[in-house]
Amino acid sequence: MGVSIEVNNLNAWYGTNHTLQDITLHIPANEATALIGPSGCGKSTFVRCLNRMHETNPIAKVTGEVKVGGQDIYSETSAVEVRRRIGMVFQRPNPFPTMSIYDNVASGLRLNGYRNRRVLDEVVERSLKSSALWDEVKDELKKKSGASLSGGQQQRLCIARALAVDPEVLLMDEPASALDPVSTAKIEDLIFQLKVQYTIVIVTHNMQQAARVAERTGFFLNGRLVEFDSTHKIFTNPGDKRTEDYITGRFG
Amino acid sequence: MADSTFRWLMLLCALSIFAIVALIAIELVTHSQMTLAKFGLKFFVGSAWDPVSGEFGALPFIFGTLVSSAVSLILAVPLAVGVAIFLTEMCPKALRGSFSFLTELLAAIPSVVYGTWAIFTLVPLLREYVDPVLIKLLGWTGLFVQPDFGIGMFAAGVILAIMILPIISSLTREVMTAVPHTQREAVLALGATRWEMIRMGVLRNARVGIVGSIILGLGRALGETMAVAMVIGSSPTISKSLLAPGYSMAAVIANEFNEAVSDVHRSALIEIGLALFLVTIVVNACARLLVWAVTRGAPARAT
Amino acid sequence: MATTHPKSSTANRRWRWFANHTASVLAVASTILVIAPLVAIFVDLVYKGAVSLNWNFFTKLPAPVGENGGGMANSIVGSALLLGLASLMGVPIGISAGIYLSEYGRGTKLSNVVRFTADVLNGVPSIVMGIAVYGLIVVPQKGFSAFAGGVVLGIMMIPTVARTTEEMLLMVPHSIREAALGLGVPNWRSMLSITLKTAMPGVITGCMLAFARVAGETAPLLFTALGNEFWSTALNQPIAALPLQIYVYALGPYDEWHRLAWAGSLVLVFLIVVSVALVRFVTTRGVLKGAS
Repeated sequence: MGVSIEVNNLNAWYGTNHTLQDITLHIPANEATALIGPSGCGKSTFVRCLNRMHETNPIAKVTGEVKVGGQDIYSETSAVEVRRRIGMVFQRPNPFPTMSIYDNVASGLRLNGYRNRRVLDEVVERSLKSSALWDEVKDELKKKSGASLSGGQQQRLCIARALAVDPEVLLMDEPASALDPVSTAKIEDLIFQLKVQYTIVIVTHNMQQAARVAERTGFFLNGRLVEFDSTHKIFTNPGDKRTEDYITGRFG
Repeated sequence: MADSTFRWLMLLCALSIFAIVALIAIELVTHSQMTLAKFGLKFFVGSAWDPVSGEFGALPFIFGTLVSSAVSLILAVPLAVGVAIFLTEMCPKALRGSFSFLTELLAAIPSVVYGTWAIFTLVPLLREYVDPVLIKLLGWTGLFVQPDFGIGMFAAGVILAIMILPIISSLTREVMTAVPHTQREAVLALGATRWEMIRMGVLRNARVGIVGSIILGLGRALGETMAVAMVIGSSPTISKSLLAPGYSMAAVIANEFNEAVSDVHRSALIEIGLALFLVTIVVNACARLLVWAVTRGAPARAT
Repeated sequence: MATTHPKSSTANRRWRWFANHTASVLAVASTILVIAPLVAIFVDLVYKGAVSLNWNFFTKLPAPVGENGGGMANSIVGSALLLGLASLMGVPIGISAGIYLSEYGRGTKLSNVVRFTADVLNGVPSIVMGIAVYGLIVVPQKGFSAFAGGVVLGIMMIPTVARTTEEMLLMVPHSIREAALGLGVPNWRSMLSITLKTAMPGVITGCMLAFARVAGETAPLLFTALGNEFWSTALNQPIAALPLQIYVYALGPYDEWHRLAWAGSLVLVFLIVVSVALVRFVTTRGVLKGAS
């Protein structure tokens, strides 16, 4: 099941660039939370701080507290363990090109020492079904390479890969921005189904998408969280003038 | 008018590269006619090399070239990949520049200087400190047994390894850097350690190119002349022990060509050169195709 | 739905931690193992070479066998002559081939094959080049000569010069070519005086690299230039060369010879290091950037 995320006074830097300033918010469990804002506003940096991917850049720095399911991921556990518990889907689909579809999905389990064929088969099938890819690939699981799929299929494969290790949270960094409208619709459907089981945080530059899939929406601007509220409130009656300007298309 | 003349002139120069390769092949074939006709394929399986009595079998040299190259690859490949991993994935950016400069320098040091260093420093070092340990630990394999003169197949392999290391590691580094960053992130996001990230996200994707760079290193090792000629021991014998003196194809040409006792002898040496030419062309062509395939992004590349 | 919750076991976690650290240690260790001999070579070279370097080395001929003293003056001059000849041949042909590859043949099958052949030619052992030129020039002329030595080194420069020239020309922005053609200059003029000129620092870099590479070549000179104990600058006579002399001295039986071999190596490596460093200085300063 999903868990909630509590962020307190989060600050992040790239070199001397202060990309996130004093972010505090509470993301509830088993909901989809959308993060919107113009490019460079810090929304991507923010999700990368939630699974400690931000620090993989040598010039990056983070301070503050992020509690996932009550555990502070920066002080009480290792980055490796955090990333296993929190799945991530990237902007561009990045399946492993040298692995079959099956091996792509099983890769996370294998890292964690799972060798039992029966368990692997079961989890691969379940994950591909959850990401709505199973029917399209079930006949060629071990023959086709992950890179031979179409862009939309690749992205659903990446989602299946993230789901296979049974994460508590799923982070999605503009998962549909590189995809065509049909594939985008499929990914959005998927988010609806997945939030029953997982807590989902999705970064998007597409406001309609945020309105369609998310219960809550946060608006980022210049490294600050301007407003965080129910999606309905943000899009109909925003509390901040800047939010209103952004969603009505007056800037950004 | 002037334009098309210029164009043809440039084309001519470009085609001269073909002409050179063709010319090398023609020269080698015509000047080795004597032994090509006389010995045929037997030349490459015969193991007796006695210029005075007119017996010419190239097997000891082929053996020596293959074994010394194999030894050098066994020593160099793991180290080169290790260095490439350190430089691309672990080392601070500031250090990286000076390292690549160092590798450039090493690749530019002449073979004869490596050879000089090997004779006066490496060989005594091997004889005093390294070989005795190898004899004690691996003597049972029969590969490291007395007598040990320092010079020999193993010394040749070691100096070759030092010489091909910069090539292999810098090319490996190039193909590893060409792996898209998104692949590394994908593995990390699954909860992988740094080593697992390197293994799954980098080495796995770069393996075709790494193999290519290893083959390029092999091509260099096969044809390397001076350094090998100076330490291999110059003895046309086939011996199981790596500490025994041997001979390589390139080394025998370097040593005996100017003192060839007869035209047949000279023709035999040129035929060895022809074989070396063909082998290195094939090896280099394979390596280039592999490296090109990777850096052009055809297979083994996401997005 | 079956609820298999894949959690990593303690044993698995320990193993992964262990593998991760072992791999890091091995990577660092191999880097040290690789650097050690390199540093050793440089230190040895500088130490042993500097001890034997003196004014005589640059001004005197080799001493007769068994006598002390003497230098490598004839070898230094011989090498300079050979490299001059080689550059006269390799640089123009190489640059022209590079111009063809980048300006005329871009994307054509022919240019791909030429490029590929150049790369393969680069990998042909230098000793093989040596015997080919022996057959081509030394045999018909019935004698070893400086000319043959220059030719073999020149041939070896061509692929490197051609490939770097091509790469450097490709970096010249298209707008510069268009600007030149817009002036109504014939194609070949604009190519030589605008495109090639813009890429000149890079092209020179390539020539220096090729130069540095052949400067230390020994094997191809064995059967072409042969070497010479005496002064000679005649093109149709055998000529001395620094790498050849180092080879002879290093394998010789006398301590004095060994010292000269070290000194010669130091001088040779110094020259090569200086040119490679110059090349690097030029390329990292990004001289081409100013052109865009």
